[in-house]
Amino acid sequence: MYVAVKGGEAAIDNAHRLLAHARRGDPSVPELSIAQIAEQLALLVDRVMTEGSLYDRQLAALALKQARGDLIEAVFLVRAFRTTLPRFGYSEPVGTARMEIRRRISATYKDLPGGQVLGPTFDYTHRLLDFVLAANGEEPVPPAEADVPQDEGGTPRVTDLLDAEGLIEASSAALDGSPVGDITREPLSFPAERDLRLQALARGDEGFVLALGYSTQRGYGRTHPFVGEVRVGEVEVEFTPEELGFAVPLGRITVTECQMVSQFKGSAAVPPQFTRGYGLVFGQSERKAMAMSLVDRSLRARELGEDVVAPAQDEEFVLSHADNLQATGFVEHLKLPHYVDFQAELDLVRRMRAEHERGQAIPLSEAAE
Amino acid sequence: MMTRASTDAAPEAGYNFAYLDEQTKRMIRRAILKAIAIPGYQVPFASREMPMPYGWGTGGVQVTASILGGDDILKVIDQGSDDTTNAVSIRKFFERTAGIRTTTHTREATVIQTRHRIPEETLQEGQVIVYQVPIPEPLRFLEPRETETRKLHALAEYGLMHVKLYEDIARHGHIATTYAYPVEVAGRYIMDPSPTPKFDNPKMHRMAALQLFGAGREKRIYAVPPYTEVRSLDFEDHPFHIQTFKDPCAICAATGVYLDEVIMDDRGGRMFVCSDSDFCEERRACGHRGSMLAEAPAALTGGNTHA
Repeated sequence: MYVAVKGGEAAIDNAHRLLAHARRGDPSVPELSIAQIAEQLALLVDRVMTEGSLYDRQLAALALKQARGDLIEAVFLVRAFRTTLPRFGYSEPVGTARMEIRRRISATYKDLPGGQVLGPTFDYTHRLLDFVLAANGEEPVPPAEADVPQDEGGTPRVTDLLDAEGLIEASSAALDGSPVGDITREPLSFPAERDLRLQALARGDEGFVLALGYSTQRGYGRTHPFVGEVRVGEVEVEFTPEELGFAVPLGRITVTECQMVSQFKGSAAVPPQFTRGYGLVFGQSERKAMAMSLVDRSLRARELGEDVVAPAQDEEFVLSHADNLQATGFVEHLKLPHYVDFQAELDLVRRMRAEHERGQAIPLSEAAE
Repeated sequence: MMTRASTDAAPEAGYNFAYLDEQTKRMIRRAILKAIAIPGYQVPFASREMPMPYGWGTGGVQVTASILGGDDILKVIDQGSDDTTNAVSIRKFFERTAGIRTTTHTREATVIQTRHRIPEETLQEGQVIVYQVPIPEPLRFLEPRETETRKLHALAEYGLMHVKLYEDIARHGHIATTYAYPVEVAGRYIMDPSPTPKFDNPKMHRMAALQLFGAGREKRIYAVPPYTEVRSLDFEDHPFHIQTFKDPCAICAATGVYLDEVIMDDRGGRMFVCSDSDFCEERRACGHRGSMLAEAPAALTGGNTHA
């Protein structure tokens, strides 16, 4: 038996050919189109857009097809494309109060201005496999029409209602006109301010952020949260070109926003009031937006003078490990050859074993290796 | 320095010469210049997402992309060899995106990107060696927090590292670090030489070539300018030693070089051959013959498949 240690160009090319073949699968099964993925795996496309930090349904769908449905691989393809795009500038802040609401729920009020809008949700479905879908399905019945048209002026956010009474802290962004950082253009350094933390969480791995958010509910940095509001819908993105001096609309995107309201017992300087945790992601992903808002609130421990005792409150820990591309790259790089270093370790272990066998405490000189 | 004007003939449509846009390259070059000005200091830079995974050389690739000019000749090695899969992949990446000449000959290359080794051939003035770095922080496994380690570097407070090395000696009778062995650069910063075996550490000392280190995932660049003092940490009564091998290379008979152990069969048969495949090939071309040259598998003696 001979174990080949070196691979050549031909092997790589052949591996890629085989991959393309495997991606296509059984040729007697019709090929997936990008449009099919974009339309029928919409939530997966949303997640690729969010973690890929690029709002483009077609590209995200293409990435999913090319990645054989491997989510992180698809995120990778999107990010590697995104990084080559020129940066013209930054959009105006998106006004989610003017969102065209598709879904909007509040857990803190029974009813509120703008109403509770259930929208398209898995909530309250019974998770029973639908074998009709397996048999190629049937045309779903058309959606019901809303009785009340949406208010043209937008729907006020729950936190705005609390704000009017002074019960919730003022939004830090509203107080501060300072420029917003950009983790894709500047290396992250610690301590990281909230703008950077939110960016890192927004593109962070959904599973990781979810688990951390969950941990805060189980006592690892408890924040007593309430869902002030979750809303999903379309918002307009505006950009102010320098030469024009006023904002022009670029287009509309779908986003999910979560405003978590949590306790704060107050301090000598600040009366007791509610504090904010914020989550915003592309497309519809309430799970991610909610988890993000929980972790955002936990990461404000330093700012609010709380003891940092739990992982979700530790910004170095959270932000350094939230990015699934960085994580998967470094974990999977262990597949790369390491035989030079392993050789060095092999040699050391052999030497230490020999020492051990002789039962000697006398150190060996390295020249005897 | 090494930044020559880029040619505008990018062979891969839709991408700039050597993949990165010019603004990004400028940003990286500024980080490199700062790194050269403060030898061994880790300069944060806005590392970009690259089309290869983090941990697979994105830092080295960004540094290389930023310093390459149209007339550069690039060599890429991994584990000392030009023919390992990741080296092949990175070399192809630059052939595709920069259309530059590549080589396997150490002497011929102007830029050498490496993972885990320094070539056996002494590097010359005018050459640049770019190391791929996974964890740039030598203190990381002693202190996981970046905020803390940056402070320790700022204060040159390296007691932790000395205690670790001392504890090794107390426990094992010698320093039990065989690769990524920490060095002190220009009498100031403690630096991770990347996971090269400590065998290669002495080559870094007063090297004529410029040494650049890129860590993509960790967003750090650092450098050792030519002819800079690089001292492997040790104690007076426990001086630094490199690994030595009992027998010469089995196929080219070289001594004083780093060898890979190649398992020949499942009955314990093994041979030791040069880790630096170009060095080994050149020696064989000059007529040097190792004791097992005749029976060595073609994958070793056939050398690289790259023209």
